[in-house]
Amino acid sequence: MNAVALSVAITGRLGQFALDVGFEVPVRGITALFGPSGSGKTTILRCIAGLQRLNGRIAVEGTPWQDSDAGLFMPPYQRAVGYVFQEASLFPHLSVRDNLLFGVRRAKGQLRPTSGGGVDFDGAVQLLGVGHLLQRSTATLSGGERQRVAVGRALLSNPRILLMDEPLSALDAAAKDEVLPYLQALPARLSLPILYVSHDVTEVQRLADRVVLIESGRVSDSGEISDVFAGRGISARALEMDCSYLVGRVFGYDAGSGLTRFEVDGAELSIEGDHGATGTTRRLRIAARDVSLVIAAPVSTTIENVVTARIVSVADHETARSLVRVCIRLGADGTGALIVTNVGRKRAEALALAHDMHVFAQIAHIEHA
Amino acid sequence: MAMAGKALAGETPQVLRTAHEIWSPLVLTLELATVTTLLLLVVGTPLAWWLARSHARWKEVVAAVVAMPLVLPPSVLGFYLLLALGPHGPGGIVARLQGARTLAFTFAGLVIGSVIYSLPFVVQPIRNAFEAVGDRHMEAAATLRASPWDAFWRVAVPLARPGFLTGAVLGFAHTVGEFGIVLMIGGNIPGETRTLSVAIYDFVETQRWAEAHLVAGLLVVFAFVVILSTMLIDKRARHL
Repeated sequence: MNAVALSVAITGRLGQFALDVGFEVPVRGITALFGPSGSGKTTILRCIAGLQRLNGRIAVEGTPWQDSDAGLFMPPYQRAVGYVFQEASLFPHLSVRDNLLFGVRRAKGQLRPTSGGGVDFDGAVQLLGVGHLLQRSTATLSGGERQRVAVGRALLSNPRILLMDEPLSALDAAAKDEVLPYLQALPARLSLPILYVSHDVTEVQRLADRVVLIESGRVSDSGEISDVFAGRGISARALEMDCSYLVGRVFGYDAGSGLTRFEVDGAELSIEGDHGATGTTRRLRIAARDVSLVIAAPVSTTIENVVTARIVSVADHETARSLVRVCIRLGADGTGALIVTNVGRKRAEALALAHDMHVFAQIAHIEHA
Repeated sequence: MAMAGKALAGETPQVLRTAHEIWSPLVLTLELATVTTLLLLVVGTPLAWWLARSHARWKEVVAAVVAMPLVLPPSVLGFYLLLALGPHGPGGIVARLQGARTLAFTFAGLVIGSVIYSLPFVVQPIRNAFEAVGDRHMEAAATLRASPWDAFWRVAVPLARPGFLTGAVLGFAHTVGEFGIVLMIGGNIPGETRTLSVAIYDFVETQRWAEAHLVAGLLVVFAFVVILSTMLIDKRARHL
């Protein structure tokens, strides 16, 4: 359904272990390169940008940027990448405006109608909310503002792919929360593939559509985010996930009850308040503690959202001995969105919770991610 | 100069003669220092860039050679330069192309000597400044489609500006103050190789204390201004 924008296959030595990865990134949406620190994620990103050189083949929309067999290695300044570094690395001798414009002039002549995701200067300024900063010196910006300018600067160099290397990791919690919504808004506004490196599971869940899981220099899994985080039990233990994220689409607001109806994969959910026009997509968060499981359909309950689901996995909780971690998928057939919940060990044993069991999930609270 | 020349032709008052004896070396010194500084920036910048960015193992050997004038007695350097610039050295061969016998005891010879002697004072600050620019800004420039040449001029040089200022000021000042090398390879030819520092030596030799005082005082003020301005440049660079 989604054409390939970037294909990567590289090998090389990286400290004590060997890097050997191959994966593809689709044209739309955010793909996360996710894995523990030191697993080689940043190296892969640097290779794609041409800042580092390992053996292999890298092609964007069919055009090879590197092909070691053919002796091809395009230098970084000839590759149409937008790169956002961990620290913003804005040029201190230039104003915010001149930083934003740095790549614009240089990218002229290699312009294609679809490059840069189709944003111009005003579009990028508006998209990242940096209009009031244009005349400022970069030294006066906050950490969050710097990263927003850095993203804008990268977009304006008319890239065919946007690479982000842990752009939030150097920021404090408040600045992260300030920048995240801007990043979340990117895919809807840009026709540009985004490859996002992170070791923070919450960040990945809030941003990414797809995940490429990197462990010790290898791709250990990849696919849609819910599939990767669900399936093979990696979710709970490795990722210490205490909430679930799902994408919902508004299909109606009922002024009488004050509830907005959302369609998510495998279920319908109601959320308090008006959450936008029909068709708007929102990322929703459900805390594990707000979900309880019932074996038979609850008849009289105060909980608004009760949905059918199937159990995907039951595993020990990573920290609390009294709990087990249960992952469920929405829908009677159990193919919908993934939700995690914690169940008391004693109750789980009494109810004999097991894989593929049919359950009802009561969801007490849902919020915007 | 024209006025001074006319005055000299006839019976000239002592004051004017003295003025000329100080004015001529002063102009020559400023000319020498200006030409030397410009050449040092041209030669020193790529050298400093290479020293700052290269991963070559022998780059510290090159750095040591560049830094040698810091510790070498000027007379030693002057002695070898005299041989190199003289009729039997490479300088002599170049000189012969222009119909001269030697580059020693000429302004060109002085410039060559000064460039070598002051090289470390220019290369070191620029190298430090280039190192402080760091890889990240250069990489950011590359991902924004700047070729290495473009990134050098638009990112590295502007960011290293304090280093260039410090290097230029030190190179200029050091050339103004050099004595040993000038004496070895320049001699003391008025209007050609007699710089201020040599002029002082000459005034003292001939016991003209007033003139010596004047020139020495001038150089003290100059030295103070130089040191103060490099300190101010450094301070401003740190605030950037």
